[in-house]
Amino acid sequence: MHELLLAGFGGQGVMLMGKILAYAGMKEEKQVMFIPSYGSEMRGGTANCSVILSEEEIDAPVVSKPTVLVAMNTPSFDKFESSVKENGIIILNSSLITKETTRENVKIVKVPASDIAKGLGNERIINMVLLGTLIAVTNCVKVGSIMASLKEILPPHRHNLLPLNQKAIEDAMSLVK
Amino acid sequence: MTTKVLMKGSEAIAEAAILSGCRYFFGYPITPQNEIPEYLAKHLPKVGGTFLQAESEISAIYMVLGGAAAGARVMTSSSSPGISLKQEGISYMAGAETPCVIVNIMRGGPGLGAIQGAQPDYWQATRGGGHGDYRLLVLAPATVQEAVDLTYQAFDLADKYRNPVMILGDGILAQIMEPVELPEANNQLPDKAWAVGKNENRPRNIVSSSYPKVDELEKVSIRLHERYAQIKKNEVRWDSYLTDDAEYVIASYGSAARIAKAAIKMARAEGIKVGLIRPISVWPFPTEPFQNIVPQTKFFLSFEMCTGQMIDDVRLAIGNERPVYHYGRLGGVIPLPEELLAKIKELVKEAK
Amino acid sequence: MDKVSSFPKTLVDVPMHYCPGCTHGIIHRLVAEVIEEMEIAFKTVGIASVGCSCFCYDYFNFDVVASAHGRAPATATGVKRVHPECLVFTYQGDGDLAAIGTAEIIHAAVRGEKISVIFVNNGIYGMTGGQMAPTTLPEMKATTSPYGRSTALTGYPIKMTEMLALQDGCVYAERTKISSVATINKTKKAIRKSFELQIAGKGFSVVEILSTCPTNWGMEPLESIKWMEENLETYYPVGLIKDEKEVK
Ligand SMILES: Cc1ncc(C[n+]2csc(CCOP(=O)(O)OP(=O)(O)O)c2C)c(N)n1
Ligand code: SF4
Ligand SMILES: [Mg+2]
Repeated sequence: MHELLLAGFGGQGVMLMGKILAYAGMKEEKQVMFIPSYGSEMRGGTANCSVILSEEEIDAPVVSKPTVLVAMNTPSFDKFESSVKENGIIILNSSLITKETTRENVKIVKVPASDIAKGLGNERIINMVLLGTLIAVTNCVKVGSIMASLKEILPPHRHNLLPLNQKAIEDAMSLVK
Repeated sequence: MTTKVLMKGSEAIAEAAILSGCRYFFGYPITPQNEIPEYLAKHLPKVGGTFLQAESEISAIYMVLGGAAAGARVMTSSSSPGISLKQEGISYMAGAETPCVIVNIMRGGPGLGAIQGAQPDYWQATRGGGHGDYRLLVLAPATVQEAVDLTYQAFDLADKYRNPVMILGDGILAQIMEPVELPEANNQLPDKAWAVGKNENRPRNIVSSSYPKVDELEKVSIRLHERYAQIKKNEVRWDSYLTDDAEYVIASYGSAARIAKAAIKMARAEGIKVGLIRPISVWPFPTEPFQNIVPQTKFFLSFEMCTGQMIDDVRLAIGNERPVYHYGRLGGVIPLPEELLAKIKELVKEAK
Repeated sequence: MDKVSSFPKTLVDVPMHYCPGCTHGIIHRLVAEVIEEMEIAFKTVGIASVGCSCFCYDYFNFDVVASAHGRAPATATGVKRVHPECLVFTYQGDGDLAAIGTAEIIHAAVRGEKISVIFVNNGIYGMTGGQMAPTTLPEMKATTSPYGRSTALTGYPIKMTEMLALQDGCVYAERTKISSVATINKTKKAIRKSFELQIAGKGFSVVEILSTCPTNWGMEPLESIKWMEENLETYYPVGLIKDEKEVK
């Protein structure tokens, strides 16, 4: 079972990333749940959501000890670093997060996601970069399911962005291997 | 092959209402259920329906009364503070025997409270809520799929018993997304000979909760209570999990019941024989499954996201036969399965 | 220290929770400055309504009662009747004052309740995420008017301050806006006038302040000010609506 916690600030596409993962999981006939944070929490600038992907029925609609944390900025890293499950994974956007972890029993994967996105000409696809890293590191869903889901979720007038999204995902994946 | 779609609880409730033939929605914004009106604002016009935002919840519930009296399938939705405002209108609708569906996506209270999901309105929902001696049929879904199924059925039940039906959810259920299968659109709505409207070929209809003659009001009250007895007989819904050999039984509904299930799995892994009875209709309350399980049970534990309200119904069901405890978190704090597990272990230790 | 002299004592020096470019923060400061300058903080009671400003008690450094959505004028009435010597004001958004709270505000004016009303009109429900308000302009998109506000379905934007001015109990009504140093100063003057009239025992007064909600309008802060002046203001003209002298 994957319990993913995705966190960043509003505008980094955290919610979209979570929805795509849940969609992709559903396409693979997994049990899935997407849990957004909501309300005034979001006005402070940070946004986070959780996604559960499982082969079995999902019970509790809450992720308190994620198996994977994707931290897009320093406040998210500070807030959630300690919550990650033992032997879990922290994927962090090293373009913005320069701190080292204080945790000993987690795996750290550093990705200069903002820089990679900038290099691809669009800072807003930082979420796709990290999505690529996430699926390469965890194998939680297949890249094909992600692309198929993206197509369904993005409104047709955004479909021109699909190739760029795909490139961001694939570039990030190749960095892991 | 049935296709599944990924939907937010609130949007799924809205879509299920449309599929069930609801064409009128009157409401007023409040978090955490805004996606219900927002979804209907977008989609009702596409099926020839009407979405109208009222100037307040009070106004909205009386628009519902009007629409329902006119024979349509009508819904309103809100969250705790807004549901309090609707209580007067709900009482009038119960008295005037007008069917409708009311969704309460509960949040932390009292007063303005907080917008995070909680379960503090159980008493209000199951005891009538407003003034007068009446009941609502109250259905409490735990998953997005169940929210779809129960909302879909709620309109039929409301029409069948000519009584308001409440969907009692919480902020967690409304906000999470899960895959759902949607039912087919219902195109066969019941005839409502009692409704107001064009009346060329029938005697005039009056929809009212006013019975100034006491003997008349007593008769109406008796009729209503006979109907509630029918509902109690026909519409009790509940689910259970690992109760066959259970020595300890948790009572829990809605989102809390899912947390309970996770805790039960953990407890079972440690050899503790604990099970779950999950009321789906919280009114009528499923008393029988609780009564039937008394002989094998050492204690009951009511697990609710409030200070303990459903615990009263568990006690009413089983009397003084066994201890009934409560555990829960308040104000919108989501209790974790680990916490409940700790409580179960503590109680099991004490019971020995 | 310098800081103390420039920052009003009537405000708590903490970061506000409002979105970048939101005008609530400026209006809080104006209210606080007027109270400080009039040296009445010791006898001021603010009534918080329900909207993005519902946490204004975290910022105002004087007594505050938090009322329910739309009911601030009724709560203000209760406070004022118990403490007639106090300055009592409500701070209300357009959803709060012009939708759910219509009855309370009209009847406070009808009674000539000696309170001041700070009415922050951004044409939308900010706190709940951008739903249509009765003040929303025709054709304006909001989450509950996804195809633009239809006047055929929902009628026309409500002009509350004009309505309030019609009541004999209302002694002063003015509409201002927050867009520049000049209009901010004008707004401050209007707030001061309203408070002075109340202290002088006159009657009900209201200052409506055209504001912005960059977040739910989906605009950058500067763009939203321009939009406010070009759109909201054409429907809600800025200026004096009823002056004290007109009172019979
Ligand atoms: C009885 C009740 N209904 C609905 C709400 C939800 N609610 C909170 S704030 C708000 C609207 C606020 O809009 P406005 O007054 O315009 O203030 P703004 O946030 O735009 O400043 C609503 C509908 C509530 N808290 N209580
Ligand atoms: S949502 Fe709008 S009104 Fe509320 S704080 Fe943000 S900008 Fe201001
Ligand atoms: Mg507003």
